[in-house]
Amino acid sequence: MSVTSLKAKLMQGNQACAEGAIYAGASFYAGYPITPSTEIAEILSERLPQVGGRFIQMEDEIASMAAVIGASVTGAKAMTATSGPGFSLKQENIGHAMITEVPCVIANVMRLGPSTGGPTSPAQGDVMQARWGTHGDHPVITLCPNSVQECFELTVKAFNMAERFRTPVFIMFDEIIGHMRERVVLPEPGQIPVVNRKKPEVGPESYKAYEPVDETLVPPMASFGDGYRYHVTGLTHDETGFATTKPEKMAAHLQRLHDKINNFLPEVVDYEEQSIEDAEVVLLAYGSVARAASRAVKDARAAGLKVGLIRPITLWPFPGEAVKKAAAKAKAVIVAEMNLGQIINEVRVAVEGQAPVYGVLRADGEPISPTEILAKIKEVL
Amino acid sequence: MAIPAEQLKSPVTVNLAWCKGCGICYSLCPTKVLIGNELSKAVVAHPELCTSCRVCEAHCPDYAITVEGGPKR
Amino acid sequence: MNPEIAQYYRVNKLPHIWCPGCSNGIVVRSIVEAIDKAGLDQDKTVIVSGIGCSSRAPGYMNFDTLHTTHGRALAFATGVKLAKPELNVFVITGDGDCTAIGGNHFIHAARRNIDLNVILFNNNIYGMTGGQYSPTSPTGTKATTAVYGNIERSFDSCKLAQTAGASYVARGNAFNTRQLTDIILKGIENPGFSFIEALSSCPVYYGRRNKKGGPADMLKWQRDVCVTQAAYDRLPEEKRAGKIITGVLHHEPQPEYTAEYAKIIEKAQGGNG
Repeated sequence: MSVTSLKAKLMQGNQACAEGAIYAGASFYAGYPITPSTEIAEILSERLPQVGGRFIQMEDEIASMAAVIGASVTGAKAMTATSGPGFSLKQENIGHAMITEVPCVIANVMRLGPSTGGPTSPAQGDVMQARWGTHGDHPVITLCPNSVQECFELTVKAFNMAERFRTPVFIMFDEIIGHMRERVVLPEPGQIPVVNRKKPEVGPESYKAYEPVDETLVPPMASFGDGYRYHVTGLTHDETGFATTKPEKMAAHLQRLHDKINNFLPEVVDYEEQSIEDAEVVLLAYGSVARAASRAVKDARAAGLKVGLIRPITLWPFPGEAVKKAAAKAKAVIVAEMNLGQIINEVRVAVEGQAPVYGVLRADGEPISPTEILAKIKEVL
Repeated sequence: MAIPAEQLKSPVTVNLAWCKGCGICYSLCPTKVLIGNELSKAVVAHPELCTSCRVCEAHCPDYAITVEGGPKR
Repeated sequence: MNPEIAQYYRVNKLPHIWCPGCSNGIVVRSIVEAIDKAGLDQDKTVIVSGIGCSSRAPGYMNFDTLHTTHGRALAFATGVKLAKPELNVFVITGDGDCTAIGGNHFIHAARRNIDLNVILFNNNIYGMTGGQYSPTSPTGTKATTAVYGNIERSFDSCKLAQTAGASYVARGNAFNTRQLTDIILKGIENPGFSFIEALSSCPVYYGRRNKKGGPADMLKWQRDVCVTQAAYDRLPEEKRAGKIITGVLHHEPQPEYTAEYAKIIEKAQGGNG
């Protein structure tokens, strides 16, 4: 494979994710083999050294997440990829990256769970684990592509957001998207902006590693080896980076972790709408299911039914405002997802009782078809 | 005539703010320069006996002892 | 604090949190003295630790310091070293951190022979959580989770490191600080995975419950039982029981991981034209 010939290519979702990482400037990957994400590791083991980056297959999922954080504090853009069981194992270190504000990207190719479950079966069962998988409170950014093209683009975006907000970012796609092959148009260098973390403008003597310097509330991040000699700890810390047990300092620290993202929701939250203006039935679906839902909208419209679709691109933060607005004019809201009811609860919260919320829920390793969704539309109308 | 101990410039100094009174220094001191006070913290009782061997400094877990002179470790 | 070592500490963070008589502070001093003797660039030296008493050390050390999660210091450090091989990377870990929860990372970091200087502070107990038995607690140890005596056998972490592939393995103790500094220095000079077990002591949770005397008694015990291999070999058979061998136990240079990876990059880029 030659790098320069990449323009339009037929590729798999996992490969697009790997190429997106390279485009975004990733220089480090640590991972552990796990179906159905393994191709991301395989491809990056070949691609990263070509661009001067480094790949390592660690001894387990926990170590992979740890190595990613270690690489990132030296200034590298770092990522790992995994699937359900591995995502569970990584949670403690994800929490470490959250509280230490270390940028990194975690791709989670979702398979049927719990436990070993169905390694080759698609599912969307990790939605709530993404939101609440670690202990303690912190916001998360989770991107959810529904095509191979988006696997590429959202991986770039995931790195950009990780660097912009100094936080781990998840890109989560179901096995169908991960293994599906589609035509992808690869952008030229510079065509999609690439964001790099803000570095300190002051010298080591006046640098406070966790003191925000502007309205973003994101502290500039020095790289290890740059002479700043600062401290990174998973303990709750104050603006100097050193552990504190002072209630007001602990509160301020955790509040800033929330505010640095929640104060910028318009910049973060992303979704796509289809035929939503006059929709009497509002569908909500993401990932591969959104493709079936989109088909169902077209079929319903052809049959004279006023149906629209909201497709969250950020599962977290959830585009609740868009859902609320659409539900205000709707007779029913239908959530289709490959689990037994996860994002549907978020939808119920957003709808605020304006319309009944129904589910097309499936967790048997089979994709949800347009026919199933259409049947539910007809049932509720 | 011997100079009174308290008038000798002691090669050993103890930072009492850091000393936790573990007793390692005065237990290991070969010439008994250091003793424990009522809080079991280290005090310099016999500076004139100090050979600057630095055993106390090297084994003070709290970096509370500095010995001047003697071998650089 | 002696000005000879003060530059390596965050002096404004002292006194440290360790209990009276805990020998962790002594071991940290040997580490910074070894760094000083090796002439390492302080700005290019990183200290990584896990969780536990000894893992609080980096907070007091004037370098780039990374305090991580329980057992994972070696995996974090692997990321640091591989991403920026020019850094000198030290790992400070404990017996629980390194050989229990972090056991897998320990053997694999050793197997890779990645250039890390690992100092295991072995106090034979979980101190931070109040005195539970660890994988290095001797059989029979009394601990808060072994009130009837520990029935498990203990790890020899040095043998474990050597078997797993570490290219440098040594053991020292908090009493013999000159030796400890010296074996850490030799570890720094070894380009590869250097493992140093430093016998530390926990008078509060281990010593008291196991009737080992006070802080000074525990150091004197180290003085009495620790011998070099050469001294051990000279001992008559009947005096060998209970002795602990210290000094350099194994040194066999092997290809170093990040150096090997640099060749991978060369190969990948050459192959790509």
